[in-house]
Amino acid sequence: MDDIITLDYGSGGIKTSDFIDNLLVPAFDNTPLNKLADGAVLDGAERLVFSTDSFVVSPWKFPGGNIGRLCVCGTVNDIAMAGGIPKYLSLSFILEEGFKMWDLKEIIASIADEAKKAQVMIVTGDTKVVEHGKGDGIYINTSGIGILKNPRLGKEYIRPGDGVIVSGSVGCHGASVMMARSGLLDGDGPLRSDCRILTDLAVAAQDAGNVRILRDPTRGGIATVLNEFVEDSPLTVELNETAIPVDATVASACDLLGLDPLYCACEGRMLAVVAPEDVPSVLDALHRLSGGEKAACIGTITQKRPGQVILNTSLGGRRLLGKLSGHQLPRIC
Amino acid sequence: MLYESYFKKPKDIAGVIAKVRDLAKMTGPVRLMEICGTHTMAISRSGIRGLFLPEIQLISGPGCPVCVTPSGVMDEIFKLSDHKNIVITSYGDLLRVPGSRRGDSLLRRKALGAHVVDVYSPMDALALARKNPGKEVVFLGVGFETTAPGTASCLLEAVRQGVENFSILCLLKPTEPALRTLVESPDFNVSGFLCPGHVAAVTGSDAFAFLPEDYGLPAVVSGFEGADLLCSILLLMEMLADKTPGLVNEYVRLVRPKGNPAAQEMIRRVFEPVTCEWRGLGMVPGGGFKIKDEFSDFDAARRFHLTWHEGKEPAGCRCAQVIRGSLAPGQCPLFKTVCTPQDPVGPCMVSSEGSCAAAFRYEL
Repeated sequence: MDDIITLDYGSGGIKTSDFIDNLLVPAFDNTPLNKLADGAVLDGAERLVFSTDSFVVSPWKFPGGNIGRLCVCGTVNDIAMAGGIPKYLSLSFILEEGFKMWDLKEIIASIADEAKKAQVMIVTGDTKVVEHGKGDGIYINTSGIGILKNPRLGKEYIRPGDGVIVSGSVGCHGASVMMARSGLLDGDGPLRSDCRILTDLAVAAQDAGNVRILRDPTRGGIATVLNEFVEDSPLTVELNETAIPVDATVASACDLLGLDPLYCACEGRMLAVVAPEDVPSVLDALHRLSGGEKAACIGTITQKRPGQVILNTSLGGRRLLGKLSGHQLPRIC
Repeated sequence: MLYESYFKKPKDIAGVIAKVRDLAKMTGPVRLMEICGTHTMAISRSGIRGLFLPEIQLISGPGCPVCVTPSGVMDEIFKLSDHKNIVITSYGDLLRVPGSRRGDSLLRRKALGAHVVDVYSPMDALALARKNPGKEVVFLGVGFETTAPGTASCLLEAVRQGVENFSILCLLKPTEPALRTLVESPDFNVSGFLCPGHVAAVTGSDAFAFLPEDYGLPAVVSGFEGADLLCSILLLMEMLADKTPGLVNEYVRLVRPKGNPAAQEMIRRVFEPVTCEWRGLGMVPGGGFKIKDEFSDFDAARRFHLTWHEGKEPAGCRCAQVIRGSLAPGQCPLFKTVCTPQDPVGPCMVSSEGSCAAAFRYEL
């Protein structure tokens, strides 16, 4: 194979076959995929969860992960948050002509590694190549199917008095990507993406108590997702700033870049609204798992200001916490 | 660690709040003005604005450099971005700012193909110019004394390296002339000032002594954490209660009375004061920095023959009054009805530091 991606790899011809046979099939080796049909035929007749996500992160590699890990975690976590056990993934690349084969191999190895951890099979896929200058190196789309285990999850199950739990410190992924993008992070420091599979944490939480809704706060951060929980409802999320776990490295990076950790993306954190009596047992279950050690109850559901999220600040003040408006832009000073 | 324990979580915050409330009983209703966009955001984000109502009103003055940039200037920048060979580089704040036509912005121009790059530092813009010798790279220099020294040193570096395809559109402004214009305006109604810590780090806290000396107004140079601002409010309230207006520097960990002489020299070396329009204040004598004639090759206004007339505010927009502190964001008829951060009419809503954006996002 060539040392860079050329348009030929997206042609559907011999080079495409080369790419699939030599790179993809060995990496994701399994029966439904190995047939290399247009779509994968899957076993099972249960209720399914199906999700898809596209990944365009730049730079493609950042401290704590890369676009390969991200594209597995993203879709797998979406399925887990919907009450499913993730089983199968599709994988589609849009590659820019000139992208280095060496880098692509690293990404594919990460995908294989993460898929193994998530216990999912990559069973179908596609590769397109666009001309140099018409892409940003690499874009990936993954779609996933899972078996539904918990059909009783959703906004409609949230009640006043419920607790709001986050599975770990917030904003690590967004802050580390922004630092990497600004050339301020070389990967050796303690600031790393939180990118990880959430299936185990989601299952543990649901086994430990009555969970009303689960979401992974990716784009827009926890502030945006919590708003989505209550918008157009008579309910309020009331958060306590001092209870929200934010790593000092993330807080410092955000101060430096003019960002707010509550709006920074997480790629390995889970928000759960839990029945009040089950908050201690769910927290206890999360604390026992790797990646859930810093789980905390950060607020409660009330009816004080319908459809809004309120933050009780560490100085004793109160303010609104709205949804992210546009993308976060760095500030002057 | 230091970061957590000292700046963010002071020890006796409840005591400070109680003291401020006691003092407010002695002074009666007061209006305190902050004149720095970062203070505006910090006060809103930490929930301080609501703590002392109705006795103490915390209002936002002309402290957001984006908000005081006239719409006519933005229109000229948009025209500049039409040129295929020009790369516009800017701090992120300026990218969403509309000109006189609603909906237009550098972000929109970028989506339509204009070369617009957001940078953290003018040096990033200079590096971009060196990497792209065939392009004209223009840096939009906005801000007050805080960003002026960095912009000046970048210009001197461009001179030293002989980077011919780099220029700066200088929209920088000194704070004192505008503050004097504000205090002398007929609708001025403020009891004391929270002065900008980062500006003072350059100018020195003494640069704000004219507020008590010439106008009898107490002034406190403040840091940017919630605790800094609470302590600064306490210091202002003590002076108001004692009727002894003076200047106090709360931000002693960064600000010296005489400031940073090297940075001041950098400003003097490259810029000269010029009469300049501030949105909300009109023409302010000495209210702008202009690139000196000897550096005119690096002045984008001269290189591209840019001129702008006094900007026209969009219909119904009351940003001018909001910037002077004579109108609260909630009192503007457009606030939250037609003017929102998603579709802003005026600069106070568009800038993340604007008082309307802060009120929209944070006020209960």
